[in-house]
Amino acid sequence: MAHPQPPESDPQSPSAPTAPAKSPRVGLFVTCLVDMFRPSIGFATLKLLEDAGCTVVVPAAQTCCGQPAFNSGDNKDTRAIATQVIEAFEGLDYVVAPSGSCAGMIREHYPELFADDPAMAQRAQHVAKRTYELTSFLVDVLGVTKVDAAMAGTVTYHDSCSGLRELEVKVQPRRLLAGVSGLSLTELPGAEVCCGFGGTFCVKYPEISDKMVTNKAEEIVATGADTLLAGDLGCLLNMAGKLKRLGAETKVRHVAEVLAGMTDTPAIGDPAASLPNKER
Amino acid sequence: MQSTSRNFKDNAHKALNDATLQRALLNVKSGFQENRARTVAGLPEFERLRDAGRDIKNHVLANLDFYLERFEENVTANGGHVHWCRTPAEAREKILEICKRREAKTVTKGKSMVAEEIGLNDYLEENGVEPIETDLGEYIIQLRHEPPSHIIAPAIHVTREQIAVDFRREHSDLDPNRRLEEPRDFTDEARAKLRDKYFAADVGITGANFLIAETGSTVIVTNEGNGDMTQLLGKAHVVIASLEKIVPTLEDASTILRLLARSATGQEMSVYTSFSTGPRRSEDRDGPEEFHVVLLDNGRSAMLGTEFQDMLRCIRCAACMNHCPVYEAVGGHAYGWVYPGPMGSVLTPSLIGVEEAGHLPNASTFCGRCESVCPMRIPLPKMMRHYRQREFEKGLSPQKARAGLSVWSYVATRPKLYRLATRLASGLLGRLGKVKGRLTTLPLAGGWTSVRDMPAPEGKTFHDLYRDRQAAKGGRE
Amino acid sequence: MSARDDILGSIRKSLGREALTGDAAAQLRQRLAQPARNLIPDRTAGRDTAGLTTLFVDKAREFACTVDEVDSLDAVPEAVRAYLSRENLPARLVQAPALADGLDWSQTPTLEIKTGTSDGSEDTSVTPVFAAVAETGTLMLTSDVTTPTGLNFLPENHIAVLRRSQIVGPLEDAWARFRAARAKAGTAGPGDSFTMPRTVNLITGPSRTGDIEQKIQMGAHGPRRLHVILVAD
Repeated sequence: MAHPQPPESDPQSPSAPTAPAKSPRVGLFVTCLVDMFRPSIGFATLKLLEDAGCTVVVPAAQTCCGQPAFNSGDNKDTRAIATQVIEAFEGLDYVVAPSGSCAGMIREHYPELFADDPAMAQRAQHVAKRTYELTSFLVDVLGVTKVDAAMAGTVTYHDSCSGLRELEVKVQPRRLLAGVSGLSLTELPGAEVCCGFGGTFCVKYPEISDKMVTNKAEEIVATGADTLLAGDLGCLLNMAGKLKRLGAETKVRHVAEVLAGMTDTPAIGDPAASLPNKER
Repeated sequence: MQSTSRNFKDNAHKALNDATLQRALLNVKSGFQENRARTVAGLPEFERLRDAGRDIKNHVLANLDFYLERFEENVTANGGHVHWCRTPAEAREKILEICKRREAKTVTKGKSMVAEEIGLNDYLEENGVEPIETDLGEYIIQLRHEPPSHIIAPAIHVTREQIAVDFRREHSDLDPNRRLEEPRDFTDEARAKLRDKYFAADVGITGANFLIAETGSTVIVTNEGNGDMTQLLGKAHVVIASLEKIVPTLEDASTILRLLARSATGQEMSVYTSFSTGPRRSEDRDGPEEFHVVLLDNGRSAMLGTEFQDMLRCIRCAACMNHCPVYEAVGGHAYGWVYPGPMGSVLTPSLIGVEEAGHLPNASTFCGRCESVCPMRIPLPKMMRHYRQREFEKGLSPQKARAGLSVWSYVATRPKLYRLATRLASGLLGRLGKVKGRLTTLPLAGGWTSVRDMPAPEGKTFHDLYRDRQAAKGGRE
Repeated sequence: MSARDDILGSIRKSLGREALTGDAAAQLRQRLAQPARNLIPDRTAGRDTAGLTTLFVDKAREFACTVDEVDSLDAVPEAVRAYLSRENLPARLVQAPALADGLDWSQTPTLEIKTGTSDGSEDTSVTPVFAAVAETGTLMLTSDVTTPTGLNFLPENHIAVLRRSQIVGPLEDAWARFRAARAKAGTAGPGDSFTMPRTVNLITGPSRTGDIEQKIQMGAHGPRRLHVILVAD
């Protein structure tokens, strides 16, 4: 059997993305977790993209990127889901997700899924090349240098694995956070170490996941930051869930919420009814 | 070695609840990670050297038969012998045969993972030959009757208090008043104890980091010098190595050496890199009378040409396990066979079967840190995913998980049904968690809530809210 | 079928081809006969002898060697005596036969000198080296009747006598000298153009181990001390 390789990107391809148009049509890939758990992140993403001059489209035919099936070795179902995403987004200039994990799935893994189907592989490649994680899209593609947002307090930042290692998302969120007035960032030691989420890993191997997220939570608390930020809701749910279980006071939010100035919602895992004495 | 990889979950459970082990594992992070980062930062060409190293190994694998034959020619020309062995049993028997012919009573051993792979020590012992491990870490675990838990730091799971107990139990001549507290005390005691053994040994057995086709040399890379004494002072030197250790030339070995020590211990060079070529020359004042290379296949030739071929680039530096949060949590023994950590999670199912070792490629978050530090750029997560695919296709993954996945996939490929399902779930969980903002128990999600809370959904899905918003704006979507 | 044929057959089957012949084999033979260098780090580039010496000394010290510099070979015995005295080591040693003609120990009558290999009882050895690699502070030693390997490992203290002219930049330069020095006249074919000694040792600092809780200890099995006497030449 030949060693499967993703098709090489073709620099001659007419579909290679060029410099952003004046108002690029951006397809928002909401992600399944944001859709179900925290729509606020989706609206924050929408605001950031629109503020940056994008025309944002939210294709209705999207569900999930397919990672649960892909990481379980079920390539047939993954291909079905990927095909649905490709069909829904291929007519747009860009695909942007508030998640390095889902963007990485589309960008890095969709083309290899169709290694045996050249026509589909080309379509997958077309979409893959246009897909970005939110902060990377704002900084690397649109050249955004400053957001209009304020948040008083100290935050710390966890670099989610897929964004960091598949998409090289590291400086982009920090560069944008530096422009949020009133906010200061204390770096998290071990920011690049996995939090133990890993999709289905966290329920298949809960004890190991627990050890990892406990280490992470302890390091977060030790920074003294009042808010933890990251760019992936899966990791955030995991870390917020552990911090809550440990009784920690640290607030947890997606970086998009802060960048969009949308921090009036309760933080992840906090009750809807705000407690004035705590919040103020 | 008998595998317990099947019991990975139980093994991990024990490891996580072993306070002594957890204390010992803290040393992984402080030592290896920081040292690697420092030396890699000190060599601006490191990333390009990774490419060069990968290319050399790919070239070798594509021409493996050719280079093995050249290696054999040159070993023979220098007075040595190459023994080709298909299986661990063949390799064990060949080594025993050499020992018997030399009427060996004791053999000294340098550290070799391939020797662990073929279960050499137990076999020699059963056949009346006493193996003596000389690497300090290997010596300690031999006293403890344990397998190594790490491929370059075999006793990393042991604390000095435990070693003190082992030394006092096994070294009957040890003065009870002799202090065994500081690392120095143990090193001195082992040094003194092993000195005479080297001279008394009939056979010295080492592994090999490289086999050099051009010269017929075997190469070991060590810091202690034990491997050198083993191969110098035994009356015969036996090298046990797997096929893929071959490199074409001294220059190729030099390139990979720049990667090896930096990736392993974070040194620029290990202390001793020694090239052995044949037995002592007639005029030499020291060196072994015989030189044998036992070449082991054990399934590797069948990995060529498959999606697992890249694994054969591995140079056993251990960077992957040194940077693996799962390894750091459970240690090496939990993996249940010879090779732990990410490289083990690919190599173990390749060598002993995915039926036996199916847990290993699953016990990863795909965080990708292993691949990011691998000097040979082996796509470890991708290969673990290939094994998950095999397990799924062979129907080896758990029935419950497969059923769940199948329902989920059915829904996820039907957006309208999916909207309905998520609307219900989000609404229900949102209401359940409204007061506290989180759920502390949740039916069917015990794996989650047993160890952490589940933050509650906000209550409505993004797609519903967005649809409402667009409708209010009079927009279309 | 022999295990050898079986294994080679299995490799070829997996690679989907027969044994290499013709041009393909000739190209690989050429690759072995004229080994090319791969990427070499810039660290040593453009350094003259003085620059390489400085780098070697810095690197050797970084990796826990001690280094003394002397003007000539004649000054080596006194430098050895002074080192042993400074370190409180016994005034006796075993020297490599290769040094016997070059070093005049009559100037240091307090030292007890033995010549040969080590039987493990000596405290200190004195050896020449074949070359030194400035890139990493590494010594290259080759085995021979006059340079037995035991001297490099068995004594607790190893003193290496290195001439400045033996210092090269990257490891590949040391191999180039090695190949040239050991070239066989009128030979051809892989591994046949020069002779390999039984052992080549690349040594970077004294023996050490981190096997006890990852705390580095010097002198695990090999020498605790590695002292380089650098001779101007």
